[in-house]
Amino acid sequence: MTRELDSYLRMDKFPHMWCPGCGNGIVLRSLLQAINELELDQDRTVIVGGIGCSSRAVGYLDFNTLHTTHGRALAYATGIKLARPELNVIVITGDGDATAIGGNHFIHAARRNIDLTVLLFNNNIYGMTGGQYSPLTPANSKATTAPYGTIEPSFDISELARSAGASYVGRGTTYHTGLLKGLIKSGIENKGFSLVEAVAACPTAFGRRNKMKGGADMIMWQKENAVNIKKAAQMSPEELEGKIVVGELHKQEAPEYTAMYDNLIARVMQQAGGGSVTPLKGN
Amino acid sequence: MSNVLEMGRLMQGNEAVAEGALAAGVRFFAGYPITPSTEIAEIMSNKLPQVGGKFIQMEDEIASIAAIIGASLAGLKSLTATSGPGFSLMQENLGFAAMAEVPCVIVNVQRSGPSTGMPTAPAQGDVMQSRWGTHGDHPVIVLSPSSVREAYDLAVKSVNLAEEYRVPVILLLDEVVGHLREKVVLPAQEQIDVLNRQGPETPPESFIPYTSGAKGVPPMANFGDGYRHHVTGLAHDETGAPNNSPVVAEELIHRLHNKISDNLADIIIDDSRFLDDAEIIVLAYGSTARSARHAVKEARRQGLKAGLYRPLTLWPFPEQKVLEIAKKAKTIIVPEMNMGQYRLEVERVVGKHCQVKGVNRVHGELIKPGEIYDTILEVV
Repeated sequence: MTRELDSYLRMDKFPHMWCPGCGNGIVLRSLLQAINELELDQDRTVIVGGIGCSSRAVGYLDFNTLHTTHGRALAYATGIKLARPELNVIVITGDGDATAIGGNHFIHAARRNIDLTVLLFNNNIYGMTGGQYSPLTPANSKATTAPYGTIEPSFDISELARSAGASYVGRGTTYHTGLLKGLIKSGIENKGFSLVEAVAACPTAFGRRNKMKGGADMIMWQKENAVNIKKAAQMSPEELEGKIVVGELHKQEAPEYTAMYDNLIARVMQQAGGGSVTPLKGN
Repeated sequence: MSNVLEMGRLMQGNEAVAEGALAAGVRFFAGYPITPSTEIAEIMSNKLPQVGGKFIQMEDEIASIAAIIGASLAGLKSLTATSGPGFSLMQENLGFAAMAEVPCVIVNVQRSGPSTGMPTAPAQGDVMQSRWGTHGDHPVIVLSPSSVREAYDLAVKSVNLAEEYRVPVILLLDEVVGHLREKVVLPAQEQIDVLNRQGPETPPESFIPYTSGAKGVPPMANFGDGYRHHVTGLAHDETGAPNNSPVVAEELIHRLHNKISDNLADIIIDDSRFLDDAEIIVLAYGSTARSARHAVKEARRQGLKAGLYRPLTLWPFPEQKVLEIAKKAKTIIVPEMNMGQYRLEVERVVGKHCQVKGVNRVHGELIKPGEIYDTILEVV
């Protein structure tokens, strides 16, 4: 039984702080649709954000919400999930938050395959501070700290997550909202570390410095440049240059960290001959 | 089992911290290896699973304190332990815990600094950092033990204070106390006062997360218990929502400080010897207080009116007591394994009531009783 999405929002906290044309609202809607269709219990769901435009979303969401320090959302979330594995823990982060200042926490959370779902709003820029380049800013782009164009190569964060040990990786865009919702659902359902990268437009801090017009034009750019993973498999690296590969990029069964820890506790307690770890049968 | 405890056992300071934390109900530890505090992590990794608790070795100290804050928000009493460089890395999230009022305990076993310094050598150079290390005006409680038994007792006290006042508590050891081995007799579990955080008494619909409760501390709802609310390091109103109003910010920062300053009698712990007629008082903490005790005893044997004052709570500073002492004394001697960090605070408080003199060493070795005794003779 699905509900009105408003019922997941703290309506008294609106209007939101995002600029006209920002893609964050579209990503947030996809998240709420996924939560709604999965019928997650708001009381049993924790949503953790870092610092930045996207991370501020947590303040609008009627769940247990935690707005942490810059880059550290995954480390906080790790503590929450390990303390109470029965809670659904979702992390909202941006490209700067997750891949620059939070890069170390990102690869280690992925390596542990701890059951967190990371929704990474990738707008290719530090928006809140006014448009500085991030590790996901495409090379040769302009930013307030790259007035002559960036000379650094960018990460493929989905590829990084996969190689670090994430058991689920997907990428969608704010044009492909049905796909994005489906990826978030699968990410939440996956028992392990899941990354869903949502390509989102920042017309204010990225678009207008990089010859892209408004938010709608940037969404059309996503439509024109996205290539589904199945089609991409048939294409050469040259053909894929500058394209965004979308879809379910990686899925693999792997032991989940908090489940492993519970097993460890059971093993230690059994060895110690202490508290019974299996329920006693009968009376 | 209890017989063994009654007979006493040889125990290290770091081990006593771990045992005390467990006795106080700590069930979550996140940490990163660093000398000279690593034993605490090693012991917790061994013992926590035995009692159903969780240990995790994080990727760095920033993540370690973040993880314990997360675990505390989810309801577990939480601890981390580190030393100098790691303590520096923890400052960012220590401020978060102060601002968002998340109970947690950070053990810092001080070593010689600055920077990597002398990793295995003792120092007391983090006294000011423990008070003011994170940016902004923030409340904090800092306790410092001088013996293995005191490390145990103050570990219990740290956890209790963190839970009761919803504040990060720093348990500040120095390498000498951390690695010291002494025979200790530990109290039985049932003799230990264990305090738990105050939960909300209102139903979720009428729960306002940051309204003052008993002692000025807001009742705390754990994540997952049905009290959905927002927690942030931004300035926030009573609902926890970010708020930039000057009035709201001013009230918030004052309330955070008042919950400590209004309850000093609860929070300040100290100890003294021969103060009644003392004219020369040695004010010392941590391992330096052990040398100070010897020096004062020797002075008494020689007929000198010497006394010892030992703050176990370093911060908040025991102003009232120090002022009271200063009014009767001629000189207060403050020996420290630093350039005089705590002495500055003593000077600020005593003003012109008496002379203040430091005995300061930063060479990575402890201060010997003779060095303090010589200073007593100098000022007679």
